[in-house]
Amino acid sequence: MAALEIHNVCKDFGSERVLKEVSLAIDSGEFLILVGPSGCGKSTLMNAIAGLEPVTDGEIRIAGEDVTWQTPAERDIAMVFQSYALYPSMTVRQNISFGLEMRKVPRAERDAAVERVADLLQISHLLDRKPSQLSGGQRQRVAMGRALAREPKVYLFDEPLSNLDAKLRVDMRTEIKKLHQRLGTTIVYVTHDQIEAMTLADCIAVMRDGRILQLGTPDEVYNDPVDLFVAGFMGSPSMNFITATLEGEAGAYRLRVDTPGEETLRLPWPHERETPAMAERVGRPVILGLRPEHFAEDDTRLRDHDMGVLLTPRITVVEPTGADILLQLPLGEGEATARVGPKCRVAAGERLPLRIDMARAVLFDRDTEQRLA
Amino acid sequence: MDNVIRRRTFGARLGRFTLYAVLVLAALFYLLPLAVMLITSVKPLGEISAGSLLALPQSPTLAPWLKAWGEACTGMRCEGVGGYFWNSIAIVVPAVLISTVIGALNGYALTKWRFKGSELLFALTLFGCFIPFQVVLLPMAQTLGWLGLSSSRAGLILVHVVFGIAFTTLFFRNFYVAVPSELVSAAKLDGAGFFRIFWRILLPVSAPIIVVSVIWQFTQIWNDFLFGVAFSAHDTQPVTVALNNLVNTSTGVREYNVDMAATMIAALPTLLVYVLAGKYFVRGLTAGSVKG
Amino acid sequence: MSLSSSLARPAGPGTRRSPAAALQAWLPKLVLAPSVAISLFFVYGFMLWTFVLSLTNSRMLPSYEFVGFAQYARLMANDRWWVASTNLVVFGGLFVAICLALGLLLAILLDQRIRQEGALRTVYLYPMALSFIVTGVVWKWLLNPGLGIQAMVRGWGFESFTFDWLVDPDMAVYTLVIAAVWQASGFVMALFLAGLRGIDDSIIKAAQLDGASLPRIYRRVVLPCLRPVVFSAVMILAHIAIKSFDLVVALTGGGPGYASDLPATFMYAHAFTRAQVGLGSASAMLMLGGVLAILIPYLYSELRSRRHG
Repeated sequence: MAALEIHNVCKDFGSERVLKEVSLAIDSGEFLILVGPSGCGKSTLMNAIAGLEPVTDGEIRIAGEDVTWQTPAERDIAMVFQSYALYPSMTVRQNISFGLEMRKVPRAERDAAVERVADLLQISHLLDRKPSQLSGGQRQRVAMGRALAREPKVYLFDEPLSNLDAKLRVDMRTEIKKLHQRLGTTIVYVTHDQIEAMTLADCIAVMRDGRILQLGTPDEVYNDPVDLFVAGFMGSPSMNFITATLEGEAGAYRLRVDTPGEETLRLPWPHERETPAMAERVGRPVILGLRPEHFAEDDTRLRDHDMGVLLTPRITVVEPTGADILLQLPLGEGEATARVGPKCRVAAGERLPLRIDMARAVLFDRDTEQRLA
Repeated sequence: MDNVIRRRTFGARLGRFTLYAVLVLAALFYLLPLAVMLITSVKPLGEISAGSLLALPQSPTLAPWLKAWGEACTGMRCEGVGGYFWNSIAIVVPAVLISTVIGALNGYALTKWRFKGSELLFALTLFGCFIPFQVVLLPMAQTLGWLGLSSSRAGLILVHVVFGIAFTTLFFRNFYVAVPSELVSAAKLDGAGFFRIFWRILLPVSAPIIVVSVIWQFTQIWNDFLFGVAFSAHDTQPVTVALNNLVNTSTGVREYNVDMAATMIAALPTLLVYVLAGKYFVRGLTAGSVKG
Repeated sequence: MSLSSSLARPAGPGTRRSPAAALQAWLPKLVLAPSVAISLFFVYGFMLWTFVLSLTNSRMLPSYEFVGFAQYARLMANDRWWVASTNLVVFGGLFVAICLALGLLLAILLDQRIRQEGALRTVYLYPMALSFIVTGVVWKWLLNPGLGIQAMVRGWGFESFTFDWLVDPDMAVYTLVIAAVWQASGFVMALFLAGLRGIDDSIIKAAQLDGASLPRIYRRVVLPCLRPVVFSAVMILAHIAIKSFDLVVALTGGGPGYASDLPATFMYAHAFTRAQVGLGSASAMLMLGGVLAILIPYLYSELRSRRHG
């Protein structure tokens, strides 16, 4: 049975519809991440699940029960807020046990629950402090502890790490992942950080303009995006979009890329990845999507791969990040980013032989921005 | 070069001196009435007509204070302002408490439980801050009569609560608007209801605005004269009305020292509140308005 | 995980609300209801009631014999009413303007890293805590020509010094201004000072780096930031000016004659002591009209500019 089901949920603010027939379902123990640019409706959807915003239309079920018209309290949900929302007048201990107290859990059980989550999150030494005496990271832990103490049916996390500094954010991300693996909780997690989405999720829902564009595993969303927006949103640095012209015919499609001041490239499209829709676009411009890691230095790895296409562009910018090097090179009408190994020796202005792994490239319609192949 | 710097520091010093001179002069302007009031209230009557306004008393006496409290004539009666002082307390304390509690609940409901039309209701209530009270005097007199509250302390309490709610609601609403709504959301998810959230989450952080509301209401109601003179009888008059009667009683010799002592008595409670908690008042009141 | 949506049911909002959810939706309204009822009855209802009374020929007691706008016509022909109205314009205008100017000046001066700032602030502010009756009684004593300031200065040897506004029909209204400014200007100072302290220092530093002089910084950078404070101050001062009934009663008694009457005292005198309930009601309605005429355009422009800004 699905832990959480959402059917055709709509939400209007005045005359503006911010959720447009959103539907999804996740199983017990799954980790769902809602991701999208600000204003895409992900936080509104979260509030609708929590019951903090009444929906305009549609149905929400938790563990099979219709909760659409129930109060937040009746839904048995816990939420971790971006601002943590710790009760300023209460100690950490009181913050954690407040939800249990409201549900009339006996004192001894409450104390046991506080001890349990305090151990789990290593905040036992903070229990008698007020939130104002805690650091940002400590507050974040307390906020999670407050949610964990109650063991609700579903956990909601609303951008819980966005107020932490970069290092702490990475640590907490790992910790949340560990907690999820250990406790098997059902989590809905909102973020605009696509690395968080990739690392944490069992499945990702990419949202835009009040709609879910794609719901899939991180791998599906990353490697098999349904449209240009999803492709561009996931991944950092983001996918290169190169305007190309589709040439040839079924069984032998090629993509012609004209780069000013460079040789014209003709990239063969792998025929096992052809789709019928391509036939209508022959002779017309399409958009080729290449991730930075689809480029590689011309060395052994791709040498014998027949789809590895060789080009020798003049590199314009070299950006070492430590783990690897990002290169800017002219491709098509603009520039593309390529990711190469840290040992690559190239300076700006030099030419470097690169290969493109067409087996992982994706193709989009230029007008509808939908996936072609 | 040296010269230039010295000249500028001289200019700066002159500026500084002028600055302090202006500030001290202003302080004297504000202090003068209080000083005169105090000095006069401990002078024997003879020294007043003989000496200057600011001349210190030759033989200070507390007799004017005692007379003002217990014997001076306010209209037909000569029992001092003491009894009226207690009248004021009996009116002020319940009226302040009731209007503050109602204002707090209103502000909480208006900011944390918004519903369609709640902003309109707020605007509607807010208007009560601005009406000239003359426009409600006559109907109020008649309504108090119907309620059997004419010339009673309960009637005055009712009037002050009714017309104080607009202000207390405004204060609490502006304060609670700045309290993060996520706190309420979190408490809702934790299973707390309307009153529980108010009691456990909002009220514990409301001290600054409670101070503002209480001080405002206390000074407003203590200092009220219009409602007091319109809706009270001899034995329920607040101290401001009694003071005015005392000063305007024209039987016998004018005892200016007794007048001033009575004035001090009427002024002391609010002065005391101001000296003890005034800075919290301004701080709390301006917290919202500066942010816009 | 799935994106499918098999069941699409029409959901009428509220029809299937759980009892707890229904209670939660009603409770805030229930809590607000008494205040709204009070406001509707005691503010709006009473305004209407007074308006109705102003259309009758009520004298000692309210009667409901309608005479149309006759009371307003009587009011317009009443010399004392015109004196009171003119006085309010003079008093209110001067009071608000001087309080703002003095308050701003003192706040700016106090903001120059002054020693003993706390003590000075307390001294400027304390009159606000007093009743207008207290203020009136004290200033009546100070302005009394025979015993007050005039007598004191003459005692210092300036025999021809005259300061007898209190008994001068042409000047009595200005004594009200003096006393009211004394009482309220310190409060305005406190508002402005808090406003000045609330301004981000970096704005002022940036202006200094741009080479602006101190007066210029205040005029061009600081004052615009204080706009919301001016708004609050004007609101509070106007409110005080309108309800200045007690000050007149205690300081001048409306005299000499009725030279320093204000509409508030006019209304009270006619409605409660001269048995002219109809005329008093009409004057109260005009007071309300005056307040609205100032308030509504001001609120409107202020809210509009805030929304845009």
